[in-house]
Amino acid sequence: MSARCKYDTTNILVVGTGGQGVMTATEILAEAAIALGHDAKKTEVAGMAQRGGVVSSHLRFGQKVLSPQISPGSADVLLGFEAAEAMRWRHMLRPDGLVLMNTGRLVPPIVELGLYDYPDDPVAEMRAAGTRVFSFDASSIALELGEIRLGNTVMLGAISDHLPFPAEVLEHCILQRFARKKAAIVELNRRAFAAGRAAAEAAARADADAASAA
Amino acid sequence: MTAPAVMSTPPVAAASRLLMSGNEAVARAVWEAGTRVAAAYPGTPSTEMLECLAGYPDLYTEWSVNEKVSLEVAFGAAMAGSRSFCAMKHVGMNVASDALMTMTLTGVSGGLLIAIADDVGLSSSQNEQDSRYWGRFAHVPLLEPADSQEAYDFALAAFELSERFQVPVILRLTTRICHVKGVVSVGTRTERPVAGFTKDVGRWVMVPSAAGRRLPLMFDRERRLRAEAEVSPFNFADSGSDRRVGFITSGPTYLHVRESFPDAPVYKLGLSFPLPFDSLRRFAATCEQAVVVEEVEPLIETELMAQGIAVTGKQILPLSGELSPQVLQPAVARLLGEALPEQAKTAPLKVFPRPPTMCVACPHLGVYYTLSQLRNVTISGDIGCYTLGFGQPWNALDACISMGASMGMALGLDKGRSAAEKDKKIVAVIGDSTFLHMGMQGLLDIVYNRGNVTVLLLDNRAVGMTGGQDNPGSGRDIHGEEAPRVDFVTLVKALGVREERVHLVNAYELPVLLKTLREETRIPEPSVIITGQPCVLIKDYHALKPYMVIDDRCTGCGNCIDVGCPAIHVTRRDRVKKASGRAVDLAFVRIESAACTGCGLCLKPCAPDAIVHVDTLAMPIKVVRKGAELSQNS
Repeated sequence: MSARCKYDTTNILVVGTGGQGVMTATEILAEAAIALGHDAKKTEVAGMAQRGGVVSSHLRFGQKVLSPQISPGSADVLLGFEAAEAMRWRHMLRPDGLVLMNTGRLVPPIVELGLYDYPDDPVAEMRAAGTRVFSFDASSIALELGEIRLGNTVMLGAISDHLPFPAEVLEHCILQRFARKKAAIVELNRRAFAAGRAAAEAAARADADAASAA
Repeated sequence: MTAPAVMSTPPVAAASRLLMSGNEAVARAVWEAGTRVAAAYPGTPSTEMLECLAGYPDLYTEWSVNEKVSLEVAFGAAMAGSRSFCAMKHVGMNVASDALMTMTLTGVSGGLLIAIADDVGLSSSQNEQDSRYWGRFAHVPLLEPADSQEAYDFALAAFELSERFQVPVILRLTTRICHVKGVVSVGTRTERPVAGFTKDVGRWVMVPSAAGRRLPLMFDRERRLRAEAEVSPFNFADSGSDRRVGFITSGPTYLHVRESFPDAPVYKLGLSFPLPFDSLRRFAATCEQAVVVEEVEPLIETELMAQGIAVTGKQILPLSGELSPQVLQPAVARLLGEALPEQAKTAPLKVFPRPPTMCVACPHLGVYYTLSQLRNVTISGDIGCYTLGFGQPWNALDACISMGASMGMALGLDKGRSAAEKDKKIVAVIGDSTFLHMGMQGLLDIVYNRGNVTVLLLDNRAVGMTGGQDNPGSGRDIHGEEAPRVDFVTLVKALGVREERVHLVNAYELPVLLKTLREETRIPEPSVIITGQPCVLIKDYHALKPYMVIDDRCTGCGNCIDVGCPAIHVTRRDRVKKASGRAVDLAFVRIESAACTGCGLCLKPCAPDAIVHVDTLAMPIKVVRKGAELSQNS
């Protein structure tokens, strides 16, 4: 029995921990896809995620989306808001898929208690396993802009050049969310988006340089 | 906030393409249907239905004290001829079912829709139940949408069905509908005339003789509903070219089946109880074999088998969890004796688990830190954030089954203790909303039957786990408006707990808490210790000046880590040999001052006084915001 899909869908998996704005970011991505006339479904199981647990949010869009869930091994892009969380969900990625990840770490109490170890170098481990990774410190970028909460706009900026539609569409959807707020907040998000976009571009260049050097 | 975004002011005009979760879509349909009364008790994944409805105009909404009361409120409105709605999670119907099982006899006047959200896959629940049983048990029709658009369509149609058959209708949702956002086309509200209550003791007063007269009506109604299922547009067959396997399915699994087997014939059940046996028999005859794909129990499968319709189901599919494409494809390949579909595999990498934690400065942290210091104690727990006390580093909760059960279980642990446990202390831990939901009766039982139980009533003025909803203990209603607030001290005294045995203790005052707990567990009678500090995620909570660690003062004892606050991080570890020759592990710490809200719980176990306010050393540390949240739209 064939397992092919009738429709071409784009599968984006956004992961992080409860409170980072993962679900909001995915929702904005979904809004952008819908604004362009796509069908879209967004799903996550995050019942207890408010308590700092694992959050993974699935976005599928295309002409027609059936199942809302991304099957393991079929995500086109993995957007990781936290270093170890990007590692946790790597198996969801297509073998030739791309990881865009924050190198910022959120170390949970279970690790601080000495019961488990945080991976030494998540980026290196993923690369060693054969995954293409563009990494950057989104947490620091957000803090430099003055608000750790800008982290998800930074992350959206980072993914904006890796979508099947122009980055400006996504930027517009983000800024529209803040349209009713102060102009300063809109401007901060504009800068966060640009910074994320630049960070991903720099990471892509570094990756290409490393590949040509090797 | 990570709680799914609530539409605080939902659009009331029709818009063609809205991105809506299943919960938001149901709320929209309920409002458009002209519903006048809607009630619920919060519970994942159902909570947002009422949260969202509360933002719409022209209808009454409430947080009820529990699901049974919410259903009774909705039923009362339906008796009065208003369209009404009630939402709950799967376990909520266990509580509400006493009312359901008799309102099926009386039927309704205005349309009554009951949305039950099953947590298939147990993302945030104590069990995994199949609420489709309630349709069978109560002989009421049951609708199962597959996505947000169907959640909207079915909810709207349910009111018409409810009024035409004068029966409550169940809308069975799962987490994969409630929390999936998709594109929904919506309409606008239609006001409907309200018939008013008609006195009719033979119908509304269910004494045995009257109830007995209504039983045949109920069975006749079920027969007519089965005929309805045969012609309902919600039940249909997709033809397919590959007839080796035909699928019979309902709810979100329809989408998984369509995705996995695009060429197969599929019968989709939207009105899935009563089953349209004739249509299903005809469908099954068109396929070489029929497979029933249903989450969770084999209900459709069993009923079809009883009708002599040959189907396969749970022989090849799991009895629990979601039936996603990754589950369906290999199971069906095996059934057909085919090789498993070729799938590009990316191997998982090993990463530490990240269980949910209590928040920075959560008032429960100090309670569990204190409980973890008690010896020879059994701790009976309940449903809420404080259930997390079972885990590391506290290990201070020994049982949890259902809302309010901490009380009865504690009394049973007391009365059923073994001779060897003669001196064992029994403590019960329960939250404010859980206590009001179903715990009060248990405490009354403890008092009445002279149990030896110490009750910790953790009043954080919110239903914390579901996102901080209001309740009769918070002093605010569903709209955040001021409402009568229950006085817990007066309440527990009224239940018969002696005044000397009731204590109001600050959850951050650890020495007082420990002393009170020690004293009360020694006294062989019911006592109640109430803490009154608010949940850190609600507006009653006020952040204080954050703390930091003076690096050279930290001795690496690690005592502060045992509080369990997520703002405390280890900077380096060491191992030293004591004079006795014993090796001791050291963990030197820092406090994430940007996340710290200055509760001071970590100060108490710190012997060298290494923890100080951030400005003590005149170091400018920018406080980003309270809590460890980073979300945009809070």
